[in-house]
Amino acid sequence: MTEAVTAAPSRTAAAVRLRGVSKAFGSAKTRLLALDQVSLDVAPGEFVCLLGASGCGKSTLLNLVAGLDKVSAGTIDDGGARVALMFQEPALFPWLTVTANIELALKMRGVPRPDRRPRAAELLDSVHLAGFAKKRPHQLSGGMRQRVALARALALTVDDTDATQGTVLLMDEPFGALDAMTRDLLHDEIERVWRDRGLTVLFVTHNVREAVRLGDRVVLLSSRPGRVVEEFPVPMDRPRRIDSPEVASLAATITDRLREEVGRHGA
Amino acid sequence: MAHDTTSRHDAPPETGAPGDRLNRELAGLDALELGGGTGRRLLQRTWSAAWPMAAAVVIALAAWQAVVWSGWKEPWVLPGPRDTFPVLWDQVASSRFWKAVALTMQRAIIGFAMSIAVGVVVGGLVSQFRVLRRAFGSLITGLQTMPSIAWFPLAILLFKLSESAILFVVVLGAAPSIANGLIAGVDYTPPILLRAGKVMGLRGLNLYRHLVLPASLPSFVAGLKQGWAFAWRSLMAGELLVIIGSTTSLGVLLSQARELNATADMISYMIVILVIGILIDQLFGVLDRAIRGRWGLED
Repeated sequence: MTEAVTAAPSRTAAAVRLRGVSKAFGSAKTRLLALDQVSLDVAPGEFVCLLGASGCGKSTLLNLVAGLDKVSAGTIDDGGARVALMFQEPALFPWLTVTANIELALKMRGVPRPDRRPRAAELLDSVHLAGFAKKRPHQLSGGMRQRVALARALALTVDDTDATQGTVLLMDEPFGALDAMTRDLLHDEIERVWRDRGLTVLFVTHNVREAVRLGDRVVLLSSRPGRVVEEFPVPMDRPRRIDSPEVASLAATITDRLREEVGRHGA
Repeated sequence: MAHDTTSRHDAPPETGAPGDRLNRELAGLDALELGGGTGRRLLQRTWSAAWPMAAAVVIALAAWQAVVWSGWKEPWVLPGPRDTFPVLWDQVASSRFWKAVALTMQRAIIGFAMSIAVGVVVGGLVSQFRVLRRAFGSLITGLQTMPSIAWFPLAILLFKLSESAILFVVVLGAAPSIANGLIAGVDYTPPILLRAGKVMGLRGLNLYRHLVLPASLPSFVAGLKQGWAFAWRSLMAGELLVIIGSTTSLGVLLSQARELNATADMISYMIVILVIGILIDQLFGVLDRAIRGRWGLED
């Protein structure tokens, strides 16, 4: 299970298709190549984890897919899918209540005013925070805030029927700042939301076990510039446990490959 | 892989499916992490804020009395608290005093309102356009440090001895602080929130309405608080320098008392000026604390 999967997945049309995507920052003189010729297909409903050491351009890649930044070369095709982005910080607006944070996202999504309150309530219910709608972000714990941020991200992708099918959720180390216990529960939670809503997830992390715990596929990126080094399909059935031997064993294989990659920068 | 999942499924049936278990675990962790609040009672908070203030007043009065007892000045030049407070009480009971306070407060409110209008417009423009920032950013800060009394000769030349002269200087004193508060608030909008706003599709007017303006509110209120202090100082300087016909303001009462060598009256008016300044500053303090409390910025 360690051999690279180089052939493009052929089952269905990709939800997100990256072809030769490069991104450089700075002027001609101080040019810094963050991403170099990254090609990647993410199938609809697939959970893909992007893994890499510092400087692999993980966040740059998500910004490009989210349309917050422009590619220097190559193409990104999301087939007009609705794309939502979640960060390591919840980035909730502190002056709004939990429900108002989500209602603002719904408003920006074009949901008419009378529908916003009930739909925000549904979204909060789906992250198990139904009782906290009137609280302010600072009154919640870090894990709860991150769940509100998830609900807000989902709010940006709802359509008239409340379906989030066909939505691409980009997650930039969303659980990186949480303690292990909370992170463990949120792994279960995100897996459930992903399955129930038929989301396509592109999940960036530097935590190898987390990537193996969650992903259908783990894509390993090199650093400076970021390139796809190798892809690892994750064959274990769900639900998986982060401390199971199978997860640990695959994680060890990937870690070895990652360290090899990091070592090239020390030479 | 079977043993991966068994531990999730071998829970007794009455506790329900794994989904329920996750719900229960999440709810449990939420409850544990939120913990119990240690909110103090209002009475307790009021008391803990009030007694140091009361103590400070007592110390100030004692120092004043000590200076009087030392015999440094004749009692008619520097009366003690015991001679002053009855005079203050008489003043507070007179209608002339309240007419003066009313005129002064009317000027303060009009001047401060105009300062807010000017400060918001200038601050809004300067924070929005980089060129204006370069051109006027340091000028605004410079104006803030300029003693407002230095404007009066010009103001009197421009507007004669009129309400306009006083308002002109009040606005020049207060508007820079208010503008700077707004500029700082806009500048320090957390980048992560701006990024989140971008993801949400907040642009242009919506970006200002839903993100930048609310985010700059605490800094804006701090600017208002400082602006009020400058406005009040400028106004008192103005009322002493620009005395208009037969009007009665606190400044007029103060300078009349000086001309009559009525020191006890003078000190009474000064106490009133101090108390009004403090009260309004406290109002802004309450506003500031309310915002910080709502946002969770309190320690």
